[in-house]
Amino acid sequence: MKAPVISSWFGRGQVAAPPDIESAALRSDRFRLEREGDWRRLEDILARMERGGLRRIADADLIALPALYRTAASSLSVARETSLDAATLAYLEALVQRAWFQVYGPRQGFIRWFRGFIFGGWSRAVRSLWLDICIALFVMVTGAVVGWLLVAQDEAWYYRLFPAGFGEARVPGASREQLLATLATENSADGLSAFAAQLFGNNSAVCILAFALGFAFGIPSLLLLVHNMALLGALLWLFDGQGLVVELAAWLSVHGTTELFGILLSGAAGLHIGRAMAFPGKLPVLDAAAAAGRRSAVVMVGVVIMMIVAALLEAFPRQLVDGTSGRFVIGGTMLAFWLSYFILYRPRITDAAAGADAA
Amino acid sequence: MSKVAAIKPDKRARTLITPEGLALPLTLAARGARAGALIIDMVIIVIGLIAFQWVMQALFEGVMEGIGFESQQRVPGSAEFLVIISVLIGFAAWYGYFLVQELGPRGATLGKRLVGIRIAARGGARLTPEAVIARNLLRDIEVFYPLIALLILVGLSSQGEDVGALGIVLTGWLLLFLLFPFFNRDCLRAGDIIAGTWVVERPRTRLAAVLSTQGAATSKGASEVTGVRYDFGEAELSVYGERELQTLERLLRDSQPDALKAVHATICRKIGWDPGAGDERAFLEAFYGQLRSRLEADMRFGKRKADKFS
Repeated sequence: MKAPVISSWFGRGQVAAPPDIESAALRSDRFRLEREGDWRRLEDILARMERGGLRRIADADLIALPALYRTAASSLSVARETSLDAATLAYLEALVQRAWFQVYGPRQGFIRWFRGFIFGGWSRAVRSLWLDICIALFVMVTGAVVGWLLVAQDEAWYYRLFPAGFGEARVPGASREQLLATLATENSADGLSAFAAQLFGNNSAVCILAFALGFAFGIPSLLLLVHNMALLGALLWLFDGQGLVVELAAWLSVHGTTELFGILLSGAAGLHIGRAMAFPGKLPVLDAAAAAGRRSAVVMVGVVIMMIVAALLEAFPRQLVDGTSGRFVIGGTMLAFWLSYFILYRPRITDAAAGADAA
Repeated sequence: MSKVAAIKPDKRARTLITPEGLALPLTLAARGARAGALIIDMVIIVIGLIAFQWVMQALFEGVMEGIGFESQQRVPGSAEFLVIISVLIGFAAWYGYFLVQELGPRGATLGKRLVGIRIAARGGARLTPEAVIARNLLRDIEVFYPLIALLILVGLSSQGEDVGALGIVLTGWLLLFLLFPFFNRDCLRAGDIIAGTWVVERPRTRLAAVLSTQGAATSKGASEVTGVRYDFGEAELSVYGERELQTLERLLRDSQPDALKAVHATICRKIGWDPGAGDERAFLEAFYGQLRSRLEADMRFGKRKADKFS
C-alpha cells in the first residue's frame, strides 16, 4: 500500500492527499487515516461499476472488490465501537451499503437470465403453477359452456357479448355462406404484418391485465377468463347453427392453441398470486405474495413470447392457409410443441438457475 | 449512536443485516420522492415516444411520397414495416425502460436516480430479475390503465357522451392504488408487495476531513490568534456526552461564525469559564478534540455517555 498505488486509486486526482497519520491527535482518527486509502479505492470502483457495468473495470479491481467490501465492513464495525466521528461513521455506512448493493446485487444481467429462462426456467415455472393452471382451465371451459348456453337460450345475449359493429357478418341469422366468408383467407400477405403487430400489442395487454388483477385475490382474473371464453362459446354456438363448428375450430386453432394457452397461463399466474395472498400457509402474507409474484412473473414473460408467436400465426398462416385439415395441423403442432416444452422438457438445474429459483 | 437513534425514532429508518452480520441503516424513500420519480419517468417516456412517432410519421410520409402512393387500398411494404417497428418499439419502451434500468447496477430508473432513490429486495435478500419484472408488470394496472381509461372518458364526455358511473369507478381504482403506499408501514405499492421489493434512499456521503489534524484540535495545538493552548480539566470535560460532541462536530464542519459564537458562549457558561471573544474556533476545536479523546478513551473500556443527562 505505497504512494504510487494510492495515486492510481484516486483516478481523477480530485482528492487531496490525506494528512500525515502521526499528526492525528486521536487514536480513532489514526485508525481512519490508516484505512482511508482502501475506502477511497472501494468508492472509486463502486462509482465506476454504477456508471458503466463491469466491462470497464480492471480485473485487479474486480478481484479486490469483495476484500475491499469486507475491509470497509469491518472498519465500520470497529469504528462504531471506537470512534465518535459522526461524519466518518455516516460515510462508512453509506459506503458499505453501496458496496453491499454491488457485491450482493443481481447476479445476472437480463441476457443471462433470459438464456436460463428459455432453457428450463420457463417450463419449471409453468409446472410449479400446475394447480392454478388446472383451476384456470376449468374456469375457461365453464366460461365457454356458459357463453354457449346463454346465447342458445336467448339470442339477445349475443348482441350483449358482441356489441354489433357496422357491417359485421358474424351475427345470429347470418347465412352459411356469409359465415364461411369470414373464415376465408386473404389473397396476399400485404398488410398482415402490421395487423400482427397490433394483435400482439392488444393480446399481451389483456394477458398482463389478467395477471395483474390477480392482486385482488385472483377473482378479477377468473372473471376476465370467463368473459373471454364466453365470447368464444357464443361464437361457437353461432357457427354450430350452420353446421360450421369444425371449420371454425380449425380456423381458431391455428393461433388459438397458442393464444388461449397464453391466456390460460396468465390467468393461472394471476390466480397463483391471489391464492398465495388468500391462503399464505405458514409464511407471512407479504412473503407468500412475494414468492408467488416472482414465480408468476417468470410465467408472464413467457406469455408475452407466446403472444408474439400467436400474433404471427394469426396474421400469416391463419389468413393464408386454407383448408380445415391444414389449419388443424398447424394448430395441433403448436399445441403439441407447447405441451411437450412445458411438461417433458426438464433439463438438469444448473447452479445459476438454482440460485435464481431459490432467491 | 444507537441510543441517539432510539430517542428520535425515524419512521422511515430500517436496518439491513448483511451476510457478515453487520447492521446497516437503510432509509425508505419518501412517498413524495417516489411520486416525483414516477412523474419524471413518465414524462421521459411520453416525450420520447412522441418524438419517435413524429420521426416515424415523417418517414412514413416520405415513403408515401417517394413511391407516388395514391390508392387507398394497399399499403406498401416499406410503410408497413414502419408501422410494425413503431408498435414493437412502443411496447419495448413501455416495459424495457423500467426493466433494463432497474436491473442495472444502480437499481433505479432515470427519474429515481434524479431524486436519489433505488429499489432493493425487502429484508436484505438479493434482488432478482423476477422481482423487477413482477413489480413493473403491476404498474400497468396501478397507474397506466386507469389513467389512460380516464383520459379517454374525459375525451368522450367533452364530446357530450354520457359516461355514467364508470368515471367514478376508475377514479376510485386509481386512487386506491395511488394511495396504497399510505396504508402500510413500509410505503409499499402493490407491485412492491408482489415482487418483495421496497424503495430506499441512496446515500451519497463524501468522506469529510479529519478534524483532529487541524487547528487547535491537534495534540499540541494552540490558538493561531492568541497562541494560547486551551486545556480542559476532568470536571469541564465530564459535562457533555456523545450527542453534544457530534453536534459540535457538525458545527465545526459547517463553520458558521454566528453559530460558533453562540455555542462558545454556551459552553463557557456551562463549564464556568469567562467567555472572551475573537478566538471561538480555536477554543471549540480544542474542546472538541479533548472531549472526543476522553469519551473515546471511556468507550474503549465500555463506558459510554450518550448525552449530557446521562
